[in-house]
Order: sequence, then C-alpha cells, then structure tokens
Amino acid sequence: MISLPPPGEAQIMKNPLSHQSNHAEARDGLRDILPIMVAAAPIGLLFGTLSVGKGLSIMESGLMSLLVFAGGAQFAAVELWTHPAPVLALAFSTLLINARHVLMGASLAPKMKDFSLPQRLGAFYFLTDESWALAERRAMQQPITPAYWFALALMLPLAWIGSTFLGAWLGSFLGDPKQVGADFAFTALFIGLVAGFWKGRITAFTVAASGAVSALTYVTAGPPWHVAAGALAGIAAAYFAAAPEDDE
Amino acid sequence: MTVHATTLAAILAMAVVTYLTRIAGIFVADRLRLKGRIKAAFDAIPPAVLVAVIAPTVLATGWPETLAALVTAFAATRLPLLATIATGVITVVALRAIAS
Repeated sequence: MISLPPPGEAQIMKNPLSHQSNHAEARDGLRDILPIMVAAAPIGLLFGTLSVGKGLSIMESGLMSLLVFAGGAQFAAVELWTHPAPVLALAFSTLLINARHVLMGASLAPKMKDFSLPQRLGAFYFLTDESWALAERRAMQQPITPAYWFALALMLPLAWIGSTFLGAWLGSFLGDPKQVGADFAFTALFIGLVAGFWKGRITAFTVAASGAVSALTYVTAGPPWHVAAGALAGIAAAYFAAAPEDDE
Repeated sequence: MTVHATTLAAILAMAVVTYLTRIAGIFVADRLRLKGRIKAAFDAIPPAVLVAVIAPTVLATGWPETLAALVTAFAATRLPLLATIATGVITVVALRAIAS
C-alpha cells in the first residue's frame, strides 16, 4: 500500500563503501519492513473482506493477493468486479494504476549493482511503493544487496496474503457489506490514498477532471469504462495544468 | 474454495500486466528521463485512476455518499489511513440512517 513510515534508524550515517555481511544486510531489511507489515495487515483484512462481499471466493481473493500483489490495483479491480469478470477492463485499469512501477523500477535498477539479471527479474516481482521507497532511501547511503532486498521484499507478501485470507474468511460471515457501511470503505480508502499522492494545484485539476468525466460517463454510458474515461481526463488535466518547463 | 475460469483469467491478466510494469524499468532505466508536462501527466495517473473508480459512488449515488466523501476528504488531510477509512464508514452509516 501507499503510506510510508517516517525515516527512522536508516538515517544513521554509514560509511557508503562498507559492505556488511549478508546476515547484517538481511537483518536491516527485516527491521525496515516491520512497521510496513503492521500497516499493511489491516488493509489486507479489508481487501479480503470486501472481495468476498463482491462475490469472490476466499481462494480467488487470496490468489489475487499472491499473483497480483498490488493493493491499489486490487482494490480498484474488486470495486469494478461484476460476474462474469470484465477481463479487459480489469487488465486496463490495472495497467493504468501500475504504470508508475516503470518509473520506480527505472530509478531503482541502476542502484542494484550486485544483482544478476535473473535476480533482478525475481526481485522486481516484489516491487511495491513501500519496498521501493525503503530501497531508495537506503541507496542514498549504501548499495542495495540481494540479502537486504529479499529479506525486506519477501516479508511484505506474507503480511498481505495472510491478512487477505483472514479477511476473506471473516468476511464470509459478514453478510451484506452495505448494512455496516463496508461498501463505502473503498471510497474512503481511495480518498485517503489520493491525499497521499497530493501535489497541490496539479492534483486538484486532476481530481476535478477525473471525477466529473467518470461520473458523467457512468451515468450516460455505464460501467466499466467510466474508469478509463475519467482517468484519461485527469491525466490530460495534469498535462495542461503543468508548466511546459516545469521540472518538478 | 472454488475458482471460476473467468475470474482466474482476470486475475492472471492483472498479474501479467502488473509484473510487466514492474520489470519494464530494468530495461528502460538508461533512456527514461521524464520532465515537465509528461512527468506531471505520469505522476497524475494514480490519483486520476483512484478518483475515476470512486466518482460514481461519490457523485451519482445520493447525498449521504457525497457528504460522507467530503467529510472523509477532510479527515484524510489530518488522520492516518485507517482512521480516515473508519471516519468515512461511520459517517456514511449515520447519514444513510438520517436519509431513510
């Protein structure tokens, strides 16, 4: 998920040239990921609960967390879910939400000098907003080693997949999610996530354009293409709201 | 413990698309330097998609949802994520009770 912890112990200055033992590297990775696991678990519970509310089975819900392993895209998919699943629309919304991974990976890959290509291909399966942010922070002080990355990266799916299964199992007892307002949890979650992406004026234009065009498309043309229409309008609004020479 | 064929196809499609976005950066690392409007457009993708997903609930369902979304947005500026979600859910339940 998207929220980041404040930079903690990792900010203690270290000699950039020193190479720690694999054991110490792995221990650092575990220390850095622990607060994020704690934060991800309730979100995973929520995802599991809401996805069975939308008619997915416990197995399907857990399988999605295992194979897709991208919170934002998963929540968006479950919100759009109908039976049978609109495969193309779901894949397209996933592509839009996860396109940011390309930039994150491009920034991180040159800082992972100790990794072979197969190690990179394995390592980046676990690329998330959180693992990326932690690795970027560490790369400012020392090289990212496979021991550090895999210790960090392998723990997050554990929390995410485990809490999804638990949430899905609990959700199967919950009945109609609308009665307890759980259907609105998506909306509230997404509003919270948008606040995390907030970058001032440009984001305000993005939100206004995306919201208006999406709602209009939904009312006139119907789901699921309101997502693509709204998203493209929001992206275009950001493009035109930004100054051409803006380097930010 | 069932898995539907179409559901499985959707999950696999999402998984493949996601993995491709994750590894693409390895191969374009030397060529990708986004600036200016293109960078702003790229940065806008996550909020644009998130808002597009929830816009029908917020703007085209009823006044309790619209008002609850405003309260949630205000909460999001000062509360952590889980407290924001709780605020939104409690607000919408209360407002729906008033509306009905």
